[in-house]
Amino acid sequence: MTQTPTSSVIQAQDLGLTFQTNDGPVHALKDVTLTINKGEFVSFIGPSGCGKTTFLRTIADLEQPTAGTLTVNGMSPSEARKARAYGYVFQAAGLYPWRTIGGNIKLPLEIMGFSKAEQKERCARVLELVELAGFEKKFPWQLSGGMQQRASIARALAFDADILLMDEPFGALDEIVRDRLNEELLKLWARTEKTIGFVTHSIPEAVYLSTKIVVMSPRPGRITDIIESPLPKERPLDIRDSQQFIDIAHRVREGLRAGYDEAAE
Amino acid sequence: MKNALPILTIVVAILALWYVAVIPMNAPWERNQAAMRGDQIAFSQIVTNTMNQDRPVLPAPHQVVREMWNSTVVEEFTGRRGWWRSGSLSNRSLIYHGWVTLSATMLGFLIGTGAGILLAIGIVYNRAMDASVMPWAIVSQTIPIIALAPMIIVVLNSIGISGIVPKAIIAAYLSFFPVVVGMVKGLRAPDAMQLDLMKTYSASGANVFSKLRLPTSMPFLFASLKVGIAASLVGTIVGELPVQQGGLGVRLLSGSYYGQTVQIWAALFAAAILAAGLVGIVGMIERRTLRRMGIAA
Ligand SMILES: Nc1ncnc2c1ncn2[C@@H]1O[C@H](COP(=O)(O)OP(=O)(O)OP(=O)(O)O)[C@@H](O)[C@H]1O
Ligand SMILES: [Mg+2]
Repeated sequence: MTQTPTSSVIQAQDLGLTFQTNDGPVHALKDVTLTINKGEFVSFIGPSGCGKTTFLRTIADLEQPTAGTLTVNGMSPSEARKARAYGYVFQAAGLYPWRTIGGNIKLPLEIMGFSKAEQKERCARVLELVELAGFEKKFPWQLSGGMQQRASIARALAFDADILLMDEPFGALDEIVRDRLNEELLKLWARTEKTIGFVTHSIPEAVYLSTKIVVMSPRPGRITDIIESPLPKERPLDIRDSQQFIDIAHRVREGLRAGYDEAAE
Repeated sequence: MKNALPILTIVVAILALWYVAVIPMNAPWERNQAAMRGDQIAFSQIVTNTMNQDRPVLPAPHQVVREMWNSTVVEEFTGRRGWWRSGSLSNRSLIYHGWVTLSATMLGFLIGTGAGILLAIGIVYNRAMDASVMPWAIVSQTIPIIALAPMIIVVLNSIGISGIVPKAIIAAYLSFFPVVVGMVKGLRAPDAMQLDLMKTYSASGANVFSKLRLPTSMPFLFASLKVGIAASLVGTIVGELPVQQGGLGVRLLSGSYYGQTVQIWAALFAAAILAAGLVGIVGMIERRTLRRMGIAA
């Protein structure tokens, strides 16, 4: 990729975040330095508790870093949030139970002042995208966990922010649906040139989706490897059987294992 | 309707117990009467007599029902002052007194609910109010309303406020508290993620209130409203005692002045029916609202 430095969307320099808890400080993030450029698809992978969610939340201005600097679209995370620069998909679906699926998707649109007609049009479009057309009038409890998760993705897509932050969005889905949504997500990304930050526990998923894979390890949460994917932008599902794919997956696994060994010492 | 049978069983059991209790409660008077006449009285005679005394210690259920019938339908349709002949409700009828009580109850309930909701919003959004209002609200509820009611009425009277308003204020005084407690809890019910979501949209305070806090507070609010409306009725009845301008409270008091136990019990039942009706209506609105919100399917 040929990208000039000015096209960096997210820039973290020596970022640290320490939670003060009753059992003493927890170093959720330490010395995280990472640049995410416009249009990149970046996956974060690492064992539970390594700070993936915390990093995403820091970008979203839901947590405040205790060290280092972080800019989003050249602004502070707080300014970026106020400019509604990103859509966020939480680790759990978190739909409002008193709103229908359609109502949940229209929630950000209402808040951001879209017209009624536009709300309707966008709601239908994103529901189509996550294959939930026809479920608009259902309440969340009438849907399976996976369907709820898809609805929450639709909600984040509805207002078309340039940055999409997704925290294990497909964790609750079965393999087949996951494959299909992965493909859909890639198509969406190619079409819209959004910048995507994506947390996952699945190595194949990370390799299949990403232009950049960030491997993290816990205690303290830090980056152990950053892999620029050589895979082409066009990715049919069977690219996962190619040697290139297997090599990258191998490198990710090695990185994860190294993190585990270190943590065990 | 499948729970009609258990309810019916309980009602029958209570009625049976009541009838059984009527006999020993009212028997001493019958025995006294007989003794004064220098007579003996058979037990079977006692049983029949105790069921139909004029001023029983404990009136029998059918006496109460008859009194309620007489002081509603019969009074309004055949009484000289009844609605049928005079065009206005008779001041001897339970319908009239029930209406007086109901109107003050409703006004008090509206004031109490409104004040309760406003206080709750203040407590949730304002640190100073959070620290200061709740202790006073709790203290306010520890003062016996029976002691406070006459003072409220006297004070309001002295500044020229009388009629329905003082009673409604007393009703509001009792009903605002459950609303404050429930509403504070409800407005604070959103979990961290629901709040974070609003933050990612950079939603305004007004939006967070109307689209998140208010909806989550609804189940809490309705639970409080049911307690509140019953408390409001109690407050109104207590407020009616010193005023003596109609209402079920007045019927209760005048009944006890003149030893009219049947009248007391009839007024008591009228109040109970009113309370059940009011709570039932709130419950109906609750079910409708929550069903529309997809809760409690
Ligand atoms: N609000 C908080 N207060 C205190 N400690 C926290 C808080 N949030 C996270 N942590 C700690 O920070 C560390 C990183 O947590 P984080 O949720 O970012 O992990 P994660 O990589 O997302 O894990 P998982 O894969 O299980 O979701 C953990 O040790 C966690 O206990
Ligand atoms: Mg996480």
